[in-house]
Amino acid sequence: MQRNWSLHLMLVPAVLLAIIFQYIPMGGIVIAFQDFKPYLGFTESKWVGWDNFKYLFLYPDVGQVIWNTLVIAFFKIIAGLIAPFLFAVLLNEVRLVAFKRVSQTLVYLPHFLSWVILGGILLDILSPQGGMVNQLIVALGGQPIFFLGDGTWFRITLILSDVWKEFGFGTIVFLASLSGINPALYEAAEVDGANRFKQTLHITFPALMPITIVLMTLSIGNILNAGFDQVFNLYNPLVYDKGDIIDTFVYRLGILNGKMSFATAVGLFKSVVATILIVISYRLAYKLANYRVF
Amino acid sequence: MYYKTKGYRLFSIFNYIFLGVLSLLCILPIIHILAVSFSSMAPASSNLVSFWPIGFTTDAYVKTFGNSNFINSLLVSVKRTVIATIIGMVIMLLTAFPLSKEDISFKGRSIYTWFFVFTILFSGGLIPSYILIQKLGLMDTIWALILPGALSVWNVILMMNFFRGLPKELEEAAYLDGAGHIKTLALVYVPLSMPAIATLSLFTMVGQWNSWFDGMIYMSDVKNYPLASLLQTIIVQQDLSKINVDPSMLENVSQRTVRAAQIFIGALPILLVYPFLQRFFVKGIVIGAVKE
Repeated sequence: MQRNWSLHLMLVPAVLLAIIFQYIPMGGIVIAFQDFKPYLGFTESKWVGWDNFKYLFLYPDVGQVIWNTLVIAFFKIIAGLIAPFLFAVLLNEVRLVAFKRVSQTLVYLPHFLSWVILGGILLDILSPQGGMVNQLIVALGGQPIFFLGDGTWFRITLILSDVWKEFGFGTIVFLASLSGINPALYEAAEVDGANRFKQTLHITFPALMPITIVLMTLSIGNILNAGFDQVFNLYNPLVYDKGDIIDTFVYRLGILNGKMSFATAVGLFKSVVATILIVISYRLAYKLANYRVF
Repeated sequence: MYYKTKGYRLFSIFNYIFLGVLSLLCILPIIHILAVSFSSMAPASSNLVSFWPIGFTTDAYVKTFGNSNFINSLLVSVKRTVIATIIGMVIMLLTAFPLSKEDISFKGRSIYTWFFVFTILFSGGLIPSYILIQKLGLMDTIWALILPGALSVWNVILMMNFFRGLPKELEEAAYLDGAGHIKTLALVYVPLSMPAIATLSLFTMVGQWNSWFDGMIYMSDVKNYPLASLLQTIIVQQDLSKINVDPSMLENVSQRTVRAAQIFIGALPILLVYPFLQRFFVKGIVIGAVKE
């Protein structure tokens, strides 16, 4: 047996970082039960019990904010599953290797750009005053649309731009599963007289089912994550009613308006629900598709 | 064969067109911004530029690089990306190696694992983390941007799975030759893991370069803003109060071309590392993500 003290030693930096930057902030959650005043600190601030949480369910905007989060996250998850699935299946039909490679290179790219960059680009091309997209709509005989200034259009823009950013990258796991299909299956189906559409229906789709089920179950854990980065970089006061999500709400209230205790209570509520959902979704993924992360 | 049938050929043509259009949609907005950034004021502000500059000029770039805030932020971003990537990779390797051992040979492994995994499941949230950084006196220092994210448990899990795929015999040989754990990690595991390390360091670099939120909340002085935070402020929020705008700057260059140039410069490092990144990452992701 080797001496194991050096293994423990190697873990020291990571343990310290986890304690300082992850576990200590968990202790900071106590301010959700206080009327926290920065100048009084944790020990001197007044304890208020569950008041912040009661306030949470009475606060006029909170219901709407939670609803916005759920709606936006739900449609993003669904669209974000369907688009890469279909794209991977269609790309799998391409036999020109060069075309396939160029196409993959292009569609992966937006994933690596931040929402600050993409937000800047979207602000420009979606502008109602002569942005490219509106120029096209007008040229086709339509009326210009104020994508980022109208609640309903804002949600649609969030969902579509999220799909645009991520669908390419999402195809990677599907393409990996597709490359694992035994070609003999297709040959046998061919001999039995199945055309390509039937082969896709009866061989390709079932082969993609396990990974699709894994992604679907894992997405349950994300239903409260509607995407802070994206919303924050695209929204404005005009669309708070339909576009404000839990994370942006916590930021505005907590950091900008200084309601630290209340914002922490909202954050804690989200964190607890999310943790429960993640545990459930990992259990489900293990049960349904024998998937394990660690 | 199926692909010789008329129906399939027709499908194929549409498929190529459809996929081609979708692929172009991912790059055209970036080309548009690039074209705007090199166009002169009049055509840019009257929305005449599409994918090719009109009245080619580099004024927007000259103005952008003439702004001291911009240069400052660029340097902060470079510094942050380099330091954070090095620290992040060292910590990832040190952490993944012990965790890749079997439970029998390294007692306590599962305790450590749960200790780390719990941090993915549950967190204190924004406000307590913000208070912590304040109390530690890290506000307005580059460490506020580097240290909180220095340990990435996701990367550790990916690296751990990669280590587990390496042949056990090499490790045993190293131990027989008298190497300790640290030597084995440095001289056997690390050289064999270069593809995975390259993938994860590129991902880390991209993540660090793109981070903007921490810079905005932890830096009160705009001098300490990384580029992504500065761009967030001036392009997305269009808040120019934080930077010293030279009035002459607005004379013969349109705000739109300057913004376009800044967006493009912000994206440029990603566009430059991307070709290298792409060669690696497909393999790298599949290693950790799909286990069948």
